[in-house]
Amino acid sequence: MAARLVKGALTFVCLIALAVGAQGCRKKKKSQKTGRGYTSIIIAGSTSVQPFAEKLAEMYMVKYPNVIINVQGGGSTAGIRSAQMGIANIGTSSRNLHPEEKGLFEIPIAYDGIAVIVNPKNPLKNLSSETLRAIYAGRILNWKQLGGVDHRITTITREEGSGTRGAFEELVMEKTEIDPGCIVEDSNGSVRELVSTDPYSIGYISLGLVNKQVKAIAIDGVFPSVQTIKERRYRFYRPFLFLTKKKPVGLTLHFICYVLSPEGQRILAKEGLIPVTIIHGESTLCQQQRQTSGKKKK
Amino acid sequence: MTPKRAEHIALGLMVSGAFLALAILLFIIAVIMIKGLPHVTLRFLLDNPMDMGRAGGIFSTIVSTIYLLVVSLIIAIPLGVGTAIYLTEYTVEGKVTKIIRFGTECLAGVPSIILGLFGFILFVVKMGFSWCVLSGGISLAIMILPVIIRTSEEAIKAVPQSYRDVNEVLGGSKWQGVIRLVLPNAAPGILTGIILSVGRGIGETAVVIFTLGTSLRTPFSIFDSGRSMAVHFYILAQEGISMKNAYATAAVLVFSILIINIFSYYMMHRFVKGRT
Amino acid sequence: MPATAADIRKKEKIIQRVFLIIAFSSLFSLFLIALFIFIEGFPMIMKVGLKDFLLSTRWSPTRGHYGIFAMIVSSFWVTIGALLFGGPLGLMCSIFLVEFASARWRAIIKPALELLAGIPSVVYGFLGVVYLVPLVRDYLGGPGLSLLTSCIILGIMILPTVISISVDALVAVPNSYREAAFSLGGTRWQTTYMVTVHAAKSGIITALVLGMGRAVGETMAVIMISGNALKIPTSILDPIRTMTSNIALEMGYASGMHRQALFATGIVLFFFVMALNTIATLFARRKAIK
Repeated sequence: MAARLVKGALTFVCLIALAVGAQGCRKKKKSQKTGRGYTSIIIAGSTSVQPFAEKLAEMYMVKYPNVIINVQGGGSTAGIRSAQMGIANIGTSSRNLHPEEKGLFEIPIAYDGIAVIVNPKNPLKNLSSETLRAIYAGRILNWKQLGGVDHRITTITREEGSGTRGAFEELVMEKTEIDPGCIVEDSNGSVRELVSTDPYSIGYISLGLVNKQVKAIAIDGVFPSVQTIKERRYRFYRPFLFLTKKKPVGLTLHFICYVLSPEGQRILAKEGLIPVTIIHGESTLCQQQRQTSGKKKK
Repeated sequence: MTPKRAEHIALGLMVSGAFLALAILLFIIAVIMIKGLPHVTLRFLLDNPMDMGRAGGIFSTIVSTIYLLVVSLIIAIPLGVGTAIYLTEYTVEGKVTKIIRFGTECLAGVPSIILGLFGFILFVVKMGFSWCVLSGGISLAIMILPVIIRTSEEAIKAVPQSYRDVNEVLGGSKWQGVIRLVLPNAAPGILTGIILSVGRGIGETAVVIFTLGTSLRTPFSIFDSGRSMAVHFYILAQEGISMKNAYATAAVLVFSILIINIFSYYMMHRFVKGRT
Repeated sequence: MPATAADIRKKEKIIQRVFLIIAFSSLFSLFLIALFIFIEGFPMIMKVGLKDFLLSTRWSPTRGHYGIFAMIVSSFWVTIGALLFGGPLGLMCSIFLVEFASARWRAIIKPALELLAGIPSVVYGFLGVVYLVPLVRDYLGGPGLSLLTSCIILGIMILPTVISISVDALVAVPNSYREAAFSLGGTRWQTTYMVTVHAAKSGIITALVLGMGRAVGETMAVIMISGNALKIPTSILDPIRTMTSNIALEMGYASGMHRQALFATGIVLFFFVMALNTIATLFARRKAIK
């Protein structure tokens, strides 16, 4: 009986191996036939952009079921690299490109504020940008120094390479370095989770991800909101960038234009982002695309 | 202090230590089950995640997990069992076996994050597979290889020498003896090891996150990326996307690990019983 | 077609070769792992200088500072701490199981404790964040994500390793030792700690060292509960960043020098673990010689 068991297991393994092999072959055929049947694009990069890109991809795939969009995380720096190396069709970044990273085709798809958050139990309502900088530089360590209770501040930051951290360093810290004693978390969500449970903490996250668990505070008297950013009064915001190696064409262009279309922008606005059209006006990239596809239909 | 008194104190300490450890285990299982199981419905198991996992189920992550495990087992079983056969049947104890055993021990001790780094740089970057089931499967196979080697070796060693002697007397070659007598008789023990390594693979995150990736789509080919249940749980919990779904995913995870462990224990028991 | 004896012998030779090659697969994987981690990380160590890399506390890759001293110290403390929590508890469990528990209890408790090894590390981390971190924060102070929390969770996580190996060591002590001690009038406990534990000493040390190896290599749980701050901890309530969490935390984001620096961290970690493994093997061998 045991012998049969072994034989059975062996056949099973062989069958699976065959199936996997066949899958592999099919994969090869598929990539040759790009353009017919179903096609796919890969988006990789910023974890801040990822949830929104996934949402957009989800809606896009409902509309065009024969397209597959793969959304990977990795971080802004990785997104920039994978666009440069052509690993991903679209790289994403949640910060402006450094001078040495230029040369990519940049398409801002939306703007996102960075909100400084504290626990809802914290009475703090406003901070000046200098005080905020002092907290993150480790010069102010106790809430007492800000007129609060006598308790250490739990300062939470993001990890090196994060676009949100990059933007925060650029906009708030200017030349000062973030204190190494800060707690480091690796996503907007985990910063929010931590602030919601620790009454003495302070952190910063995407404005679109602020919810009832935490309280956003005003900086220099301006409360972060879509409205204040549109009016250019709240100055702590950064672009969400789609990056391509060359000027996008084909499916990639089609998806990008979907994102920039009123429908795509509505989805992003619903998620708490600031539509790009408000700041830039309509992009010329897609006007052409719409014209050509319109002509085809006729 | 009288010896009697010391005996009581010591016994008290030992018992409380053992029960503290048991209590921790029960606490972990109870919390996950109580908070998670009520949310585990058939729809949760069979629906794909929606809205980053905030809504919908975990179907695609279950598929990814199983796919990943199957690929890693296809690689690890022949290598692991083959190594065990070599060590027990085809060689005598000596320098070579010592080196192989040391290598296996060391491999078992390699932290999973190092394996993740290795899989990432070799398969994902250098060989250009990108994040996919194949990259994840090979890396995971390396992780479970020592477990399979160790358990298979023990199982094969437990096959009575008389079987081999009989084979030799009947004029069978060594290979025939291995295939017809040793392996069939060691099969339950080998299977126990395989089941145990499945248990280890299901819960692994550090290796998988860097090699399989985090794409929520259901992988079809071995060159597709996916997200295993453990990684999905990590992302749901760590980013606070949905605590409800995080607990439910954890419940599915812990439940399957419980079943796997109980099953392998049962197998081992039967195996041992069959021997004596 | 009857096979000749020579044919069979030839076939056997080939089969033996094949198995020999397969048997080297684990060693080969180990070699490949070491090779690729080194290729990727070593040039960076050369560039920065070994001393600056190992002994500087300033880690700020985007500004070009790559010192991992704080992480080495943190990894060290967290390993010691985990040993302090998990070691005694694990030993108590295994002594209870081998020397005091009845066969029936043993049959229930041992597999149950082995189950602890099956619980995914992300689940440990998650429960640590949800239950242990608030406790530490509210009753002891600090942010809760701390050295102490990490030590406790890791202490629990190394239990199965410590227990299974030390149980094996204790079981291996011949019964004649115990009988001799009993006949000299020793109580059960006296016998245990004067004779049995002593005889199983090298096995127990192996268990503890391998437990340390697990603790130093653990990643996902630590990333969730340690706070990941880059400073050398001055109290057990300070947040810490270990070498493992440094790699996992920044890996996704890293490119160029930064990524190489993470692989270089991996090299150091690899050395730590290999050293612990070698020590464990040495102790295990000493037992075998005895």
